[in-house]
Amino acid sequence: MYTFSNKLKIASFILMAVGLLGIGVGFLSAPGTVEEAKAIVASQSNGHGDAHAVESDANEHGEHVAEEAHGHEASHDSSHDEHLLHQLQNKPWAALYVAAFFFMMISLGVLAFYAIQRAAQAGWSPLLFRVMEAITSYLVPGGIIVFVILVMSVLHMNHLFVWMDTDVVANDHLLQGKKGFLNPTFFLIRAAIFLGGWILYREYSRKLSLRQDESTDDSNFKLNFRISAAFLVFYLISESMMSWDWIMSVDPHWFSTLFGWYVFASMFVSGITVIAMVTIYLKSKGHLTDVNDSHIHDLAKFMFGISVFWTYLWFSQFMLIWYSDIPEEVTYYITRIRDYKLPFFGMIVMNFVFPLLLLMNSDFKRVNWFVIMSGVVILAGHYLDIFNMIMPSTVGNQWFIGIPEIGAVLFFAGLFIFWVFRALSKAPLQPKRNPFIEESRHFHY
Amino acid sequence: MASKVLHAYYDDDDVLMLAVKKVKAAKHHIDEVYCPFPVHGLDKAMGLAPTRLAITAFIYGCIGLAVAVTMMNYIMIEDWPQDIGGKPSFSYIENMPAFVPIMFELTVFFAAHLMVITFYLRSRLWPFKKAENPDVRTTDDHFLMEIEIHNNENELKELLANTGAVEINISEKNSH
Repeated sequence: MYTFSNKLKIASFILMAVGLLGIGVGFLSAPGTVEEAKAIVASQSNGHGDAHAVESDANEHGEHVAEEAHGHEASHDSSHDEHLLHQLQNKPWAALYVAAFFFMMISLGVLAFYAIQRAAQAGWSPLLFRVMEAITSYLVPGGIIVFVILVMSVLHMNHLFVWMDTDVVANDHLLQGKKGFLNPTFFLIRAAIFLGGWILYREYSRKLSLRQDESTDDSNFKLNFRISAAFLVFYLISESMMSWDWIMSVDPHWFSTLFGWYVFASMFVSGITVIAMVTIYLKSKGHLTDVNDSHIHDLAKFMFGISVFWTYLWFSQFMLIWYSDIPEEVTYYITRIRDYKLPFFGMIVMNFVFPLLLLMNSDFKRVNWFVIMSGVVILAGHYLDIFNMIMPSTVGNQWFIGIPEIGAVLFFAGLFIFWVFRALSKAPLQPKRNPFIEESRHFHY
Repeated sequence: MASKVLHAYYDDDDVLMLAVKKVKAAKHHIDEVYCPFPVHGLDKAMGLAPTRLAITAFIYGCIGLAVAVTMMNYIMIEDWPQDIGGKPSFSYIENMPAFVPIMFELTVFFAAHLMVITFYLRSRLWPFKKAENPDVRTTDDHFLMEIEIHNNENELKELLANTGAVEINISEKNSH
């Protein structure tokens, strides 16, 4: 039985407190009026000289804006400033949303991995089931927080989703065409169905898993196998639609048909990385004594393999759009390469080149600290991935990884650690009566 | 030079594994084990050095990548400059996304084929080569452990009989 150590508990509370402070600072420093927004941008570009504050403002937004502004200066300038205000007001919300989604996505990725292990009746992994179940327990608070943020968007407390604004839709032919699917009511109904389905499976499967330990036959195990297979069908559909709703719709004109898979690869590799990290942590504290090198090796193989899979999907999406060069599609990458060069290409190095080179060698996959270090890089890389998905359409070129962003990450990291390790302390770390537990204990790749 | 070798036959891979471990524990050198199928963990039990095939695969992959880059650069950029996807930049790096599939495929192609060829060369295998295994039963349902004899015939026979060998033979072997 694992007990949640006080040291870790305090650390998670400190993370949450510091994070809350950062989130608060982000919201307090967001501008309330157009003048404040202009002042913020002007103060950032002080190096260019104070006198040209307004001009440098225009320059920052690309030359074509400046050229247009010369023609109809007055009207354009005011709408442009309004836009700037909305971007800066969005900033703390977007920072909160990216971090909230990222940590929810980790537990959702683990849930998919867990369901696959159940449905495949894998023999190597039952020793890790309690770790996976603990990580998926975060889906309840994490999912609810994301849902609350989405409800706040629908209530117009922020402008993350531009299609929720009725004035925008009224002037936009394309959005009118998508209205049947992309409207606030149906959006929230879908979100509730997705989250409800995931949480229902998670709670039921966990219950069956615990009941299997006390039972005298394998009926709970068999039922768990069946519901896991059914869940995977639901998951593949709901995850894909979730990615359109919660991520792709921040830029409602743009679409990509493999976006669901792309987001899935991101959550899958992040989830597996966290399983490996929590397992290694527990082993270092003297728990999970039956988990051997081969289990860590297998998890690291998955980290390596799914990182390459992620790159494959990233590149498939990028190359087709780059090659065909259709304006309505290619705009997605133009904004990212122009305004997000460092996070956009940095992410590829962190998510592909790093894991490829670090985890290629078979022996390195067994070195625990090596797996942890590459895991940290992979997690940071996939945070950037989500960052690159949300930020360009919500804050534009006003992005920065500063206090609100880091604060949000720290807060959710603290909550995640607290919730996961609390769940770990609730049941024995090793399942007793799983029919494959002996195979898992003797697992040797 | 001909030498005397001892052949011990087994009919189960688990028994064979235990036998190999016992023989190694008794500090005897096992020349070779012939199996009808690959036995997991046998190389480690026999104390064979880990394979270096993976290192050659990495090198071959790098060669394949280099060939692809050189080839595409010559064909598509230098010799007959192409306008790729309506972007007539005529630079390799700016057209790189279009070349990635070829770079990937040739990396895999070189790594896979050259690795197989290396494996054949290293294992001294070529078409129409006479089989090296001393007994045809090792291609069906028997495992054979071969140990060279250095005036310790009886000691070895006794040891192997205790490991569950179904048959023990002595034969002459011509080393290549």
